[in-house]
Amino acid sequence: MRPEPRLVLAEDNALLRAGLTQLLAGSGFVVAREVDNAVELDAALLDPEVDGAVLDVRMPPTFTDEGLRAAIAVRAQRPGFPVLVLSQYVEQLYARELLASGEGAVGYLLKDRVSDVRQFVDGVRRVLDGGTVLDPEVVATVMARRRDEPLERLTPREREVLALMAEGKSNASIGASLHVTEKAVAKHINSIFAKLDLPVDLEVNRRVQAVLAYLRL
Amino acid sequence: MSDTQPVPTQEPAPPGRLQLTGYAAEQVLWLVPLVIGLVLFVVGGLLVVVWVGVVFVVAAVPLIRVVANRQRQFAGRVLGVDLPPPYRPAPEGGPLVQLRSVLADPMTWRDLVWILWAITVGWVISLLVVVLLLAVATGFFWWFGAPPLMAMRSQVDRLLLTYGSTETLERRVAALTRSRAEAVDHSAAELRRLERDLHDGTQARLVAVSMSLGMAEEQFERDPEAARRTVTEARAATSAAIADLRSVVRGIHPPVLADRGLDGAIRALALDMAVPVEVVGDLSGRPPAPIESAVYFAVAECLANAAKHSGHQQAWVELAHRDGLLRVVVGDDGRGGADAEAGTGMRGVMRRLAAFDGTMAVSSPDGGPTIVTLEVPCVLSPASSSPRTTPSSEPG
Repeated sequence: MRPEPRLVLAEDNALLRAGLTQLLAGSGFVVAREVDNAVELDAALLDPEVDGAVLDVRMPPTFTDEGLRAAIAVRAQRPGFPVLVLSQYVEQLYARELLASGEGAVGYLLKDRVSDVRQFVDGVRRVLDGGTVLDPEVVATVMARRRDEPLERLTPREREVLALMAEGKSNASIGASLHVTEKAVAKHINSIFAKLDLPVDLEVNRRVQAVLAYLRL
Repeated sequence: MSDTQPVPTQEPAPPGRLQLTGYAAEQVLWLVPLVIGLVLFVVGGLLVVVWVGVVFVVAAVPLIRVVANRQRQFAGRVLGVDLPPPYRPAPEGGPLVQLRSVLADPMTWRDLVWILWAITVGWVISLLVVVLLLAVATGFFWWFGAPPLMAMRSQVDRLLLTYGSTETLERRVAALTRSRAEAVDHSAAELRRLERDLHDGTQARLVAVSMSLGMAEEQFERDPEAARRTVTEARAATSAAIADLRSVVRGIHPPVLADRGLDGAIRALALDMAVPVEVVGDLSGRPPAPIESAVYFAVAECLANAAKHSGHQQAWVELAHRDGLLRVVVGDDGRGGADAEAGTGMRGVMRRLAAFDGTMAVSSPDGGPTIVTLEVPCVLSPASSSPRTTPSSEPG
């Protein structure tokens, strides 16, 4: 990956598009292609010069879920292409579809999370690095659901850690949210991997696997 | 609704001469129950002041209705049309309530007029058909006479036992007037609810944001650190306002319904429930948008009720569209005992569906399972996400 990742930005609202461009440009990204509709988006996503995309779900021409469809389509053509989908609302269904479109390098956030600039930029980086970033609202709904095996085996603390992993948090920031040391977090995570029978593999992959198990995919 | 259009049935072969004669023979025998029914009714009516009469009438009406319904079947077969029982549904309540409803039903009185025909001229016609066959010598007349005689009798039976087109239309207009009034009430209530949600939620939070920003403006000079904190608070309040607005929008028209249609939206809804919900079946196209929305909220209400009251382990939703009827069944394996009339939510659902001639039936015996069946007549448009005609002003 080049030092300055090149992104496609798709957002039909001019004000938000300008804001996001400014925000991303100021945080070490290059917004290589800016589009405001699904037709141009499809072409932009196939540009071999871009490293990832930040997409709005709802765009012209139909104002439904073309951003999401484009994200899934491009990941079918370019496996593992990093995509962060932004939306005015989140749906479990869409989260699942995104996660099912290939392992990792995917994010799904409410648009208002952009207001926390540092977290948002961090999320974009994690997605580009192959991680999974889910909106806390998606994670909260999953939390509310009755658990079944093998997640039943996790302790409440481990479940909290897993939820924060699903939101795309680093060990350091999980530690900070739960007021424990980074080492303790690492211990919990290893225990989660063991309980979910995840094979010994790259750390990033196992994190993604754990999140997928969490969402019962 | 009791007066929906008769459903076209599979055309069975018209009855043959022997079968017609069978009908006629049965009609001849009805003389006895019909006379008994008529006498009971009349005597009961006269004695109604001394209470015993009520019992007589209550006994007579079901007897009369059984025979009349049988005759509707016969006449329907002879004429090749479907003549469903046109009676008003019996209300809940004691014998007096039942009696009042029966007496208020115009069909009760038409049945009596029909009896007068069925035990006199009608009876003679049927008898004639039977006798023409039994007296072998008249076989020729039977061969050519039975079908027109029975057709004639059936025409008169139909005339007396069913509502004519004017009456059907009048009843339809009455039903539509009622459901329209309910739909208007319902949408007025919805608007009031929206107004409250926006006023108490979003608007209040935006006022807070504006106040915080005003304070920050003051603080910048004196205490930049405090100003920074106030701005952070204001940002948090904006997020809360957006979240409020999101839930209001969801209550008006969930975006996923626009994106994915009814089956997609119900699947998305199922994923949000705390208890597993299985969604089976799918639709080959999309119902009209208002029906889609009414059915979606009906299903949401059913699942929410199940989650609140039923203590279930599992729920399921079945979707199907057949013969111009959209049918959605929502079930759960909870403890049952649900009462559709009890909750304002369910009554709202019924009213909203009634505006489209839709119905909701609840079966919920104690011990479960609870099964809610929603039916709405409608036509599906070819499957595709319905494009909006105007771009939304909100950013995607």
